[in-house]
Amino acid sequence: MPFIPHTEEDVAAMLATIGAGSIDALFEEIPPDLRAGPLTGIPPALSEMEIGRLMQARAQADGQALCFIGAGAYDHHVPAAVWQIASRGEFYSAYTPYQAEASQGTLQLLYEFQSLMTALTGLDVSNASLYDGASALAEAVLMAVRANRKAKAHRVLIPRALHPSYRRAVHSIVHNQGIELVEVPFDRAGGHTPVEQAQAAAGDQGFAALVIAQPNFFGVLEEVDALTDWAQAQGALVIGAVNPVALALLKPPGAWGAKGADIACGEGQPLGMPLASGGPYLGILCCKQGLVRQLPGRIVGRTLDLDGKPGFTLTLQAREQHIRRSKATSNICTNQGLLVTAATIHLALLGAEGLARVAAACHANTRRLSALLCEIPGVEPLFNRPVFHEQALRLPAPAADLLRSLAAHNILGGYDLGLDYPELDPTLLVCATETRTEEDMLAYAAKMARVIATRTQARCPVEPKFS
Amino acid sequence: MSTVPAELKYSKSHEWVQDNGDGIVTVGITDHAQEALGDLVFVELPEVGRKVGVEEACAVVESVKAASDIYSPLSGEVTEVNAELVDAPETINQDPYAGGWIFKLRLADPAELSALLDADGYAQVAAEG
Repeated sequence: MPFIPHTEEDVAAMLATIGAGSIDALFEEIPPDLRAGPLTGIPPALSEMEIGRLMQARAQADGQALCFIGAGAYDHHVPAAVWQIASRGEFYSAYTPYQAEASQGTLQLLYEFQSLMTALTGLDVSNASLYDGASALAEAVLMAVRANRKAKAHRVLIPRALHPSYRRAVHSIVHNQGIELVEVPFDRAGGHTPVEQAQAAAGDQGFAALVIAQPNFFGVLEEVDALTDWAQAQGALVIGAVNPVALALLKPPGAWGAKGADIACGEGQPLGMPLASGGPYLGILCCKQGLVRQLPGRIVGRTLDLDGKPGFTLTLQAREQHIRRSKATSNICTNQGLLVTAATIHLALLGAEGLARVAAACHANTRRLSALLCEIPGVEPLFNRPVFHEQALRLPAPAADLLRSLAAHNILGGYDLGLDYPELDPTLLVCATETRTEEDMLAYAAKMARVIATRTQARCPVEPKFS
Repeated sequence: MSTVPAELKYSKSHEWVQDNGDGIVTVGITDHAQEALGDLVFVELPEVGRKVGVEEACAVVESVKAASDIYSPLSGEVTEVNAELVDAPETINQDPYAGGWIFKLRLADPAELSALLDADGYAQVAAEG
């Protein structure tokens, strides 16, 4: 049964009303070379039962691997209540029911989400979320360049130690808008981004903003106070790209340096979202009050109705696309409603103390895992500075080879840093969240030791029986 | 009916211009414009020293309904802006022709003044919507 509500009679009636002879005639003005042709490479349709079996088989092929990969998406425990509540019909099925302020419940939930995000980031205002952390950073860069008219420079300093996918996404979104992204190298001993490197990258020319990743892609903690003070002394704005779980332990962006970061963004996936092959996730974007008119997306406010009763409403919409057209603050005027629902419930269940315990457990587990792995000859920490819940380890053999062997033992051993940083090859980025037990980590270290031993020994000590 | 002072000049995009006689003009939006926009909640002022051309968007006024560009009616350099509007944008609604002025411009070409509308001409434009 095709779930299309229009019958052939409906379509004919609509075409007759607008005076088009056929669907093809309706779209005639679109040049043929711009039209989507028939889909190729798509096999014939399967029945629901057949597709169910196929998907089960595919899911089995994935297995139940032990995951030590972080690198931007994290395998946290999600209490069953989170998605049980988020999947309720009131939250799950309605699409943007808040536009006419009809669904006060949905609006209140978005308002609570915004309040949680401002509490985590230490900033004044939050929007109701964007698509993901990388696009939130791109919006933060656009905001900063729009807001910082004093700088007169459309240059933004981006650390090389920022997530490579974020750097690529930001480049894709801003490079055609006349914004120059200047890469700031990281310190090879510490893995951090020193002020001197930022200074050298900036040169004599002004810049509109500095991006600070806390923690950065290597898990390393940046000297956020010094970086913030330096950038703001140059007349630039500061954008913090943060992990919301880490904020339970670390100083919030709003408290960085003397004046605090101006904008904070981040990936909301660690707050109740499964890894799910990379998405859908949600983007966090917060800023100081003075920048609120540059903040894109939906923003929910609390107000009083005519009878003086509290209520919730969309606010500051005047700069959105449906009003400002091409001059809108962003081409994105929506948010990740369902994932915001999950994140809000997740945080409400954990509470501030629970989130801090999760963060502390992740940190402790990663330190433990790192210590276990570094007992293996040839494995050592690549950087000497403190980390949150990821550690870059130098390896005695190519990371890709080791990861392949570990995968055969149902262990996802980490992220091969050489893929994005050839200068660091062979290096592995490992992560152990609160979901990894001592047994898990011992099992990983034992397998890793064996895999490395077979790779690094010059000759196999066992002679083949027949040669 | 909105007021259209006879001593001012006007643009079709609803800005008024007061010629101060020393090569500098004061610019604001008309009574008709403020009425159409509704209660203003925010004004984004141009930077002092910015060079603008005729019909170049150089400021933004935002009401609860919409954010609208203010266009410079003449070419020149911005010499002064009405900073009081930052904290009291409603001044434009209350007093569009005096306290609600937006920016001052040093004219690049005083001859451009003759291309502007007079009060009668603008009253017609405003009447047509």
